[in-house]
Amino acid sequence: MPLLWLFLIVLGIAAAGYVLGRIRALQSAGGDSRDLHSLPSYYGSNVALKAAIPALFLLVIWLLAQPFYINSVVSEMIPDTVVPESSSRGLVMAEVRRTAEGLENAIGAGLLDEDFVNNARADVTDITQRLKDAGQIITSQITQPVLRAAQEYRSMNLAGRRYMAIGVIGLALLGAIWGFRETTKDFRARNVVENAIRALLIAAASIAVLTTLGIVLSLIFNTYEFFKLYSWTDFFFGTKWAPSFSGRGGLSELGVLPLLWGTFYISVVALIVAVPVGLFSAIYLSEYASSKTRSVAKPLLELLAGIPTIVYGLFALLTVGPLLVSVFGKDGLGWMQAGTAVMTAGLVMGVMLIPFVSSLSDDIINAVPQSMRDGSYGLGATQSETIKQVVLPAALPGIVGAVLLAASRAIGETMIVVLGAGAAARLSMNPFDAMTTVTAKIVSQLTGDADFASPEALVAFALGMTLFVLTLGLNVFALFIVRKYREQYE
Amino acid sequence: MTDASMHSSAPRKPKTSLHQLDARTRKRNASEARFKMYGRIAILIGLSFLAVLAFTIVRSGTPAFTRTVVEVDFSLNTTEFNASEKELFKTKAYQKLFNASLQKQLTDSGVQVAFDEAALQRILGKVGGTIREYYRENQNDLGKDIAFSLPASSRVDGYFNGRVTRDTLEDSRFLKATDLDLVDALHDAGILKSAFNWTFITGADSGVDNPGGAGIGASVVGSFYMMLVVLFLSLPIGVAASIYLEEFAPQNRFTDLIEVNISNLAAVPSIVFGILGLAVFIQFMHLPQSAPLVGGLVLTLMTLPTIIISTRASLKSVPPSIRDAALGVGASKMQAVFHHVLPLAMPGILTGTIIGLAQALGETAPLLLIGMVGFVARGYPDGLLDGFVEPNSAMPAQIYTWAARADSSFYDKAWGGIIILLLFLLTMNIIAIILRRRFERRW
Repeated sequence: MPLLWLFLIVLGIAAAGYVLGRIRALQSAGGDSRDLHSLPSYYGSNVALKAAIPALFLLVIWLLAQPFYINSVVSEMIPDTVVPESSSRGLVMAEVRRTAEGLENAIGAGLLDEDFVNNARADVTDITQRLKDAGQIITSQITQPVLRAAQEYRSMNLAGRRYMAIGVIGLALLGAIWGFRETTKDFRARNVVENAIRALLIAAASIAVLTTLGIVLSLIFNTYEFFKLYSWTDFFFGTKWAPSFSGRGGLSELGVLPLLWGTFYISVVALIVAVPVGLFSAIYLSEYASSKTRSVAKPLLELLAGIPTIVYGLFALLTVGPLLVSVFGKDGLGWMQAGTAVMTAGLVMGVMLIPFVSSLSDDIINAVPQSMRDGSYGLGATQSETIKQVVLPAALPGIVGAVLLAASRAIGETMIVVLGAGAAARLSMNPFDAMTTVTAKIVSQLTGDADFASPEALVAFALGMTLFVLTLGLNVFALFIVRKYREQYE
Repeated sequence: MTDASMHSSAPRKPKTSLHQLDARTRKRNASEARFKMYGRIAILIGLSFLAVLAFTIVRSGTPAFTRTVVEVDFSLNTTEFNASEKELFKTKAYQKLFNASLQKQLTDSGVQVAFDEAALQRILGKVGGTIREYYRENQNDLGKDIAFSLPASSRVDGYFNGRVTRDTLEDSRFLKATDLDLVDALHDAGILKSAFNWTFITGADSGVDNPGGAGIGASVVGSFYMMLVVLFLSLPIGVAASIYLEEFAPQNRFTDLIEVNISNLAAVPSIVFGILGLAVFIQFMHLPQSAPLVGGLVLTLMTLPTIIISTRASLKSVPPSIRDAALGVGASKMQAVFHHVLPLAMPGILTGTIIGLAQALGETAPLLLIGMVGFVARGYPDGLLDGFVEPNSAMPAQIYTWAARADSSFYDKAWGGIIILLLFLLTMNIIAIILRRRFERRW
């Protein structure tokens, strides 16, 4: 793995720089570290940082930029005539990449040699056959331009890697020399090092912003691509979800309304389960329970929140679904067709949300000052009257916030609905019908074998955007309510 | 007079008594009791869900850890071996020898049953090949008594753990109801017994038609590699970000932006992180699909907010006097933080990190989008570093794959996988609790 080696070499240069810088600093002070401006290790760190950081930065940038450059150059090599009408330039490029990879692997396995690969201009059939024999995945017969592009791609890649190694090691050495030369006893090494560390800390903190930026940009770009292929009115106001699968042809109908309805219905069922149970548990635990009961029951309830969602999904699919069918299905009331239904997913999701509602409300109820309760008791109210008329109204904004947060959790939940809610998108009022949600469809559209450029795959990004906006909106709204209506106690 | 008047006005019957509750008080008390009862019921509902869940997991998951094997003493001498190797249908010759030896064993133990070779093949699969393979590799064992332990088909497994019964079994080429007579006979003779299923712990995923051979081992390795990536990226980045925000950040727009971002990221649905991973790491950067490296990167981004929030809490709990003392003896601010505050906050940071890792370990949805689904955990990675980039699955994704398969024998495996996953999570959380108990300081 040459990349790892490159990384280790840079670290090695930095380590050597550390030792040398430290020695030089001590020498410049005549061996007496008291004459130095900073502690000797700072001089070493200065050299090491100057060697490592710019070099590693260059490495990352190069790794990100090289594929773009090579792609654009190679893609210009392919004449328009080669691109078949039914496909796009991107698909041809994918084939070029695959061929290049196949060539590379075949050389790595010792089945082809370097010269043969670079000079095999004429015999396209031969090289295709040889690659197939070598067990490389080649989709079709390689054509002359594709082969030529693949050769170019491969050689540019190799050259790029070589230049990158030279550039990175050179930069590391230059940095080390720079740091080494400026090392004298009066050099303010500590300040320089601390500023560098501070910059690194800021960079780490900015990763959160970069992540959000990454999410937003990847959603926006792909959603934009989607709306170029599919009209946005049909997406937002369409009442039918019927994607056509790749290869079968026909136009897809991609209306988001049935999915939103399924999401909404399942979340409502979940909240109907979770809010009363969670809220009453929180009230009981914070107002009535002895500290012993509380110390046992609270962690046990919170255990429900620590269980991975895949466990709940399996529970819905294999336990709750069949149970509901035996009661409401053909043998019982006859309302339910199959185990996967809104009710199945909603109930299980409700269980998952119980600890979420209860621990948030618990904190909020505990934050209501004791003096308010005492005042109410002093007027002769019973404990439950105090809770209903004093504590809950005071805690209401927080509780509403907690419920909204739970709702946002329910909307974004994936595994339970993928396994428990079914795959059919429909607008129905019957809670025992199978419905599907935004998240479940994101999974099914992106895990299929649809090509990334097709509207069937790109619609997942539009769905993701919808989901992101919905959950973000709910969270912001929850925070707004809590901030605006919160009582301030001092 | 006065006496008389006192008499006349005497004991007027009081309308209320403290000893006797009036209707209104009784109503209020009843409502109090009712309210308290609602609370109790709510807690009981929550706890009973937990109990049902735990019971279901244990009951449905344990079958995955056992499997039925047929133990047959078998011996083959050199002449028989050579004779069989000369035959045209070699495995058939071995099969014949095996059947003879099994029949002898059955008669020895005094069990009477119609011996049906086709049934045996449905129960055990093609044994001849297995035996031939063994003797070709271990020719020294020729002539010795070898105890073969051969796995029975997954439907026989199902018969013993109650998934398949005589009534529900439909005759198919996999198993016929009459075969169960032979199974029972073998069981009575002590030839067919349950054994611990090591394949499930150590094996890799099997194809859709072989539930018996499916194991979770390879995806445990995949999860392990992902956790390595998450640990080595999210711990340093998270700690660095928290130190900046807690100790150095000035109050300005940029700091506010970061803070709002972090709290919002913690609430973004996990599937959106999967979309990010797909778009940025796979489409844009062309990192390999289904690789633990990509999974680790996505989970790192998801775990970062958790780690940052807990790290900031533990940095905040270090009293300012520590910083002041360090600054007072001439340390720079950076030195005060890195030499004094950070070591004191370390137990809290590690606890938060372990809890964040446990969350990441159980996360499934983003992994589905980056391709860790389907038949990808075919085997262990070839090398130590290849483990990061070779296609693999992760425990929760593997469980999902099994749950989505049509053959219900895989459901046992899914539940069994959940037991293993939960054991890992439990261990991590217990470590976190112990760390907190042992090292947490109260100031």
